[in-house]
Amino acid sequence: MIPELGHFALVLAFLLACATTFFGLVGAWQGRRTWMAAAPGAVAGQWVFVTLGFGCLTYAFITHDFSVAYVAHNSNSQLPLLYRIAGVWGAHEGSLLLWLAILSSWTLAVAFFSGSLPERFRARVLGVLGLVSMTFMAFLLSTSSPFARQVAELDGADLNPLLQDPALALHPPMLYTGYVGTAVAFAFAVAALLEGRLDASWARWTRPWTTTAWLFLTIGIALGSWWAYYVLGWGGWWFWDAVENASFMPWLASTALIHSLAVTEKRGLFKSWTLLLAVFAFSLSLLGTFLVRSGVVVSVHAFASDPSRGIFILALLAFFIIGALALYAWRAPTLGSDAGFELVSRESFLLINNALLVASAGVVLFGTLMPMFMDAFGLGKISVGPPFFNIAFLIPTLPLLALIGIGMHAGWKQARLARLKSRFLVLLGAALGVAVLVCGAFFSHLSFMTVLGFTLGVFVCASAASLPIERWRRGEHLSRAVLGMSVAHLGIGLFTIGVTVAQSYKIERDISMAAGDSYSMAGYAFHFAGTKNVSGPNWDGVEGEVSITRNGRPVATLHPQKRVYRVQTNPMTQAGIAVGPTRDLFVALGEDIGAGRWSMRLQYKPFIRFIWLGALTMALGGAISVTDRRYRRNPARAAAPATLDGGEAKHGA
Amino acid sequence: MTPRRKRLLLVGGILVGVGLATGVATMAFRENLSYFYNPTQVTEGQVPRGRSFRVGGLVTKGSLKRVPGNEEVRFVVTDLNRDVTVAYTGVLPDLFREGQGIIAHGRLDGSGVFVADEVLAKHDEKYMPPEVAQSLKKAPGGAGPGGEGKGT
Repeated sequence: MIPELGHFALVLAFLLACATTFFGLVGAWQGRRTWMAAAPGAVAGQWVFVTLGFGCLTYAFITHDFSVAYVAHNSNSQLPLLYRIAGVWGAHEGSLLLWLAILSSWTLAVAFFSGSLPERFRARVLGVLGLVSMTFMAFLLSTSSPFARQVAELDGADLNPLLQDPALALHPPMLYTGYVGTAVAFAFAVAALLEGRLDASWARWTRPWTTTAWLFLTIGIALGSWWAYYVLGWGGWWFWDAVENASFMPWLASTALIHSLAVTEKRGLFKSWTLLLAVFAFSLSLLGTFLVRSGVVVSVHAFASDPSRGIFILALLAFFIIGALALYAWRAPTLGSDAGFELVSRESFLLINNALLVASAGVVLFGTLMPMFMDAFGLGKISVGPPFFNIAFLIPTLPLLALIGIGMHAGWKQARLARLKSRFLVLLGAALGVAVLVCGAFFSHLSFMTVLGFTLGVFVCASAASLPIERWRRGEHLSRAVLGMSVAHLGIGLFTIGVTVAQSYKIERDISMAAGDSYSMAGYAFHFAGTKNVSGPNWDGVEGEVSITRNGRPVATLHPQKRVYRVQTNPMTQAGIAVGPTRDLFVALGEDIGAGRWSMRLQYKPFIRFIWLGALTMALGGAISVTDRRYRRNPARAAAPATLDGGEAKHGA
Repeated sequence: MTPRRKRLLLVGGILVGVGLATGVATMAFRENLSYFYNPTQVTEGQVPRGRSFRVGGLVTKGSLKRVPGNEEVRFVVTDLNRDVTVAYTGVLPDLFREGQGIIAHGRLDGSGVFVADEVLAKHDEKYMPPEVAQSLKKAPGGAGPGGEGKGT
């Protein structure tokens, strides 16, 4: 009964999404105020019914309703409660429902917080969001209903063991919140194109939404990377895997969009470009959904099963991209910019920032799609290895890093950087000194790229930190926007330091050990005490004990596990990791290779925590800037067409 | 310098920079692209010599051999037509098992053994990498057990 109720709720939600689309878009077109006023109500109704449907599926998981095919395939009576709830989004149908639930929540939030927007514009935004909801609900209901019944099974096939992990329970909701959030920026862009009008207040409305989506995307990607590090048993943090790239491309595009929006708000420039980026960011999110869900790529995420699904998503992708670009081609020429700027100005820096971010997204897109194109055209089955991405991605990002540190201090219109030249040189010199000192003192060797990466990382950190400190010393007001920008850029610096050191000085050894053996690496002695059998609620396994000492003093005792989940009988590696601020020690148990020996993977990963710390710092910066006062300003003033003379621009982000 | 010359220099500099960057990226792409071959193509010598590539197929049941206590492992990969012996040193992935589809990356040594530096076996037991599933379908007499493959 409950599953049928859930299905019925989704059908109602679909109808309400149709209503939102109609009232929002047609109402605004015809100028009917009563229709436009009905859109927020339809949005609220859609949210209620999608949430109800989501609740019904969760209920089916919690109560072990194995007559529901989706539950039977992805749960089991022994599965702990946390993973029964996370199991709701453990496979295709449920994750699509999660996608829709999050989109409905975003739409509701927009409806709720947009009371101060012009009536017609607000209706159009809601209408576009309704259209996105409507098409994806049609997709869900026609190809992938999570409520399909089957002959009840005694027990379920269990959730994929790889997904039974706290970080992974959280990863999809965070990532989807970011993915789907780009739909809001897209809706604002399409609404602006339909209006044929785009001013500074438009950018001010769009910015907090885009930044919020971006920060969730950042957290989602970081969680996925962290999970891959300790669960997959390889000890890597990024593999340039097609699905990772699928989440990274919208991130790069959103990052570019955030910066371009800043210029549009403060100076009324880059208008068409900003709109185009909003379309790109959403298109890349849809492309990501297509890549991940259609099974064209091989990965842990590909729920390949039904080719019609891939075609449906591809059709949606084509519809939104072609539709938005056609609208753009038609309306964008009417949006002129009427301000200029000097060669050395913040506008120039942000322009270069955008060019480099888009170039880096292009590199990732090329490397991800090229194998698929070559396969589709019968040119051979190829794969593009991580070395390609590692080299090609650095080409646009190294100059980007160098310019971040300077660009933050540049003023709008015309910057007088000559004044700051001596400070940049001091900062850069100090950064170089720190880099050589740290790398030389703590690590064995120095390479050009290591010193370069470390120096740039420290330079960006120092430059980001100096901005608020300087304001504070001069007793100036420090807005949340500027503080948030500094914190986010500090995150970039920390991330850069982490990546540089972890990649340059990591040590990875695949060895075999018998109980009682020791192995020395990076000044640490790993002593293997042996293994014992252990078991959890739904798995059995073997647990090794490895104690680590440094100069005879104990550092940590690790218990890496090899688990076999009872239902799916897949082995899974749970690495043992000694976490430290400057290094991780990583031990993964391989397999029993006979003669009392185990194959093992020992790794030394210096500064790897900086990678995730950097990502979280970026997200924190985004969160700080979203709370800036001007986004909560008096509605009447915010709605007034802003002047483009840069009068309020001064020096803000 | 006149503003015009300044602008010309700037545009020229950007063009040279973009050109160089594209060149480096293209080189990196060519050098790091690896082709996929099935065991039939490998045994018939259609594969590049002295260059790494990927080979995929089913791991023949009972072919996994290891000297006890030794890290090197050998197994046979088949497309149900021809076989290739693969040698690998290191920790095999969790989902590696006999009878399942895998992809190995490495190069062929002088004696026809494929020396792998990476072995991939993602997904559950019902899953098969698309390349492997397709090459099994093409091979005479082999439809392969898991064409549909419900992955997770």
